[in-house]
Order: sequence, then structure tokens, then C-alpha cells
Amino acid sequence: MISSFGYSLKQGFKNIGRNMLFSLASIATIAACIFLFCLFYAIVGNVRHSTMAAETTVGITVFFDQGLDETQIQAMGQEIGAREGVDSIRYISPEEAWESFQVEYFGEMKELAAGFAEDNPLANSASYEIFLTDISRQESFVADLNSMKGVRKVNYSHSAVAALENLDRIVSLLSAGIIGVLLAVAVFLISNTISVAAAFRKQENQIMRLIGATNWMIRAPFLVEGIVIGLIGAALPLAGIFVLYQRAVEYIEEHYAIMTGIFSPMSIDVMFPSMVAVALSLGVGIGFFASFFTIRKHLKV
Amino acid sequence: MIEIIDVSKNYETGTKALKNINLTIKDGEFVFIVGRSGSGKSTLMKLLLKELEPTSGCIIVNNMDLGRMPRRHVPKYRRTLGVVFQDFRLLKDRSVFENVAFAQRVIGVPSRRIRESVPAMLRMVGLSSKYKSNPQQLSGGQQQRVAIARALINRPEVLLADEPTGNLDSYNTVEIMKLLEKINRRGTTVIVVTHSHEMVEMMGKRVITMDKGMIIGDTAAEEEWYD
Repeated sequence: MISSFGYSLKQGFKNIGRNMLFSLASIATIAACIFLFCLFYAIVGNVRHSTMAAETTVGITVFFDQGLDETQIQAMGQEIGAREGVDSIRYISPEEAWESFQVEYFGEMKELAAGFAEDNPLANSASYEIFLTDISRQESFVADLNSMKGVRKVNYSHSAVAALENLDRIVSLLSAGIIGVLLAVAVFLISNTISVAAAFRKQENQIMRLIGATNWMIRAPFLVEGIVIGLIGAALPLAGIFVLYQRAVEYIEEHYAIMTGIFSPMSIDVMFPSMVAVALSLGVGIGFFASFFTIRKHLKV
Repeated sequence: MIEIIDVSKNYETGTKALKNINLTIKDGEFVFIVGRSGSGKSTLMKLLLKELEPTSGCIIVNNMDLGRMPRRHVPKYRRTLGVVFQDFRLLKDRSVFENVAFAQRVIGVPSRRIRESVPAMLRMVGLSSKYKSNPQQLSGGQQQRVAIARALINRPEVLLADEPTGNLDSYNTVEIMKLLEKINRRGTTVIVVTHSHEMVEMMGKRVITMDKGMIIGDTAAEEEWYD
């Protein structure tokens, strides 16, 4: 068993060496395909990261009908807080609302608001600020709140979340399309490489078959060849992406610090492990399946 | 024992390669199959190797019915046969040692055992000193000896040789025939396909003559008839 494995491994590497140009072309195509995949993976990852960040910063504000006292409003708040999908809920009293309004609108000229000292203009503006666990459920949650008796108004930011979700969808579709085309090219090239290797080894395969080698034993060197091409084709762009991504994050943080409130890139430590796993599986998978199906055609001795 | 019972083979092109062949070869026999090109000799070999399926009839080799053999058992069956070709079919990029070892490597024999069995087999075919050479550095006769060593390394019960001396001069032909006889004396059934009548007459073994897909002569049957 170990002897067969060693033999197949050695012959697989020999195949690559024999068809160096074809092997390099296949490696280059897989590398291009996986490089683009990693690029889109990073973009989609960051868009999702921003969407998740928005989920924690974009909240819903609920105002209540005039005439409801604080006890009734707090009872409604408890009812809302108990609903499914609520991450956190915070009561904002009329006094607190007026305080923050003064800071926001009058800034350092607080004396302009002095005339309202005894008469809070936001006396009927007690509210609850709600954050959801999943922002995609925001629309249905707001509709539920609007149908509650005693709710006067519900404020929420629709556009920010919708824009992020749209961007996520567009980038995902675009990347799937481009990667699909590149995958097809990669499979075609590996298939060609394996066909050339099979032609080189035709006599050897005939002898193997007549000697009593199993189909798996005949296929194994070609599978090794496909897997190694896929593995190298995935490892090269991963190394490139690692360096590029780190540089890009440093550049954004240095030159676009102002954006970091809206968009903060994912750290490479968080993104890279899953990217490595997916890209290597993709490379090995393409190599394995392309060689497996190609060599089936050439096994009829 | 090999039993070929009422076997016919028609190719898709319409050629009738074998017509109702009946043949029995006992364990340890040395048999020549002779006939002109197109007489059906090679088709018969391919049927025995299970490279082809008969159109009708039944082939039984060592109690295994080839027609009923599942595909997954074919590699194991082929390990009971050794095959030698006219054009040697050696791997040019490997040494003599590696060519013989190849037959063991591809069926998963451990390297330690290969290191013991290959030199012994090369001694048997008289090529001990050539183990490092490349096939292209050897004469035709020596290349055929390597091919015979490769065919025998897994100790097959039957050795099938398809025109093994077709590319050799008379001296090497005699040498290869002596080697095949030696192998036969050790208990291996040897079947040699050839169209060289000189060689057949020199050996004095059982001869099956084929023509147009039929057996038209069998010295064993004739001897039985005379007896």
C-alpha cells in the first residue's frame, strides 16, 4: 500500500516535469482563477463585515402617542424588548432627548435654548431605541411596530442597509460569473495537460493493465498530477493576496482614516484562515475532478 | 487448465475472427499456436487476457469463467497470467531493474520484497550484470529476456507469448526458446503464438494450427488418435 502510494506520487511529479509547459499553463490559469476568487472573497467579506457593523450601529426609534404616561410607555417597551430578533433596547426619556438635541443643534451656544428651560419642547418625545440581531429583518419588524396600538411613529434608516445589501448581491453575482468562466478555462487546461500526460504514458498504462494493475493504480499518477497542479495554483495567489491585502488595509487606514467610521476593513487574521481553506479546496477540487474525468477517457486499453 | 468451449468472435466491422473454437490446455503444457496473419491467433490471446469478450461460447481459466467474471476481478485474474510481446514493450526511461520491478510496484508489492525478487529473476534470465542498463543499450534478445523477467516476476500460472521471437535473429530465437522451456519445466503453462514453423519443429511441442478463425490442426489430438 505504502509502496503503491509512493510509486503514484513519484510518477505524478514525473508527469508534471515531463509536460512542464502544459503544467505551467494550467498552474497559471488556476492561479489567475483563484487570485480573482480571493479578491472577490475579500470584497464580499468586507461588504458583509460592513453590513454586520451597520447592524450594530443602525437602530430603530419608536415614538409613542401623546397622552401615554411613562408607566404605559415602559410597559410597551418591555413588550417590544421581549420580541424575537431584538438584540438590545434602550429607553430615552424626554429630558434625555432634549439634552442630546441641545448638544446636536446648539452646540456651544446652549444659551439659545435657555428660553425652553421650564418648558421641554420634547415633552411628548419619550422613545425606545432598538437594535436588531439581523438587519435583514428590519422591514418586517418596523411593520409590526407600526401596527402596535399606542405607537405614533417609527424612525429607521432604510437606505444604508439596503445599499449594503445591494452591493453585497452585485459583488457576489459578478464574482460568481467571472469565477465560473475562469473555472471552465482552468478545467479545460488541466484536462489538456492530463491528456498529454496520458498520451506519453499510453504504453505504460497498457502494460499496467495487462499486468493486473487496478484502475485506481493506473489513475493515481494522473490524479496526483491534477491535485499538485491545483494545489500550487491555489498556494501562489494565496501568498500574493496575503501581502496585497495587508498593504491595502494599511493604505486605507493611513490615507482614508476619515472613512473608518463608515467602513473599517476586516483584519487579515480574521479573513485569511477561511480564505485559505476555501481556496485550497477549490484548487485541489478542480485538479482532482478535471484529471479524474479526463483520464477515464484514456483508460480504455 | 484452460478450456475454450465453442468460442466465436465477430468484430463490429463484420469480420468473423474466430468460429466455434474448442480447445483444452492442461496445466504445465507447452503449446504453440501457429497460423498465418488473420488466422485468429491474436484474437484468441486477447480473449484469454480478457481484453476482448467472445461473441458466444465460454472460456474457463483455472476454474474461473471469464464470461461471468465481474470487472473488478479482472486485474486479479490478469495477475495469474504473464504476457510477452513481439515488440518487448519495455519502458525506455527506466533501467532493466526498474522495468522488472514495475510489474511488482503497480500491484503494491513492498519495496523490500522487490529488492529481493528482481535480482533473483534477472539471474534466472541471465541478465544479472545488466540490471543498471537502459533497454536501448541491450540487444533484441536481451530486451526480450527483460520482458520475460517482467512477465514472470509475479509468478503467473500461465505465460502468454505473442510472437516472442518475431524481432530476433536465429541465435537469439533459440536462446529465448530455451528460456521458455526452462520456465515451462518449473511448472508454468507456456502458450506461444508464432508463425515460425522452423522454431515449432525444433521444439517438438504440442502445436495448434489455426486458419480463417478455425483450428485446423492439433498435434495432441493427432497423437491421441494414433494412440
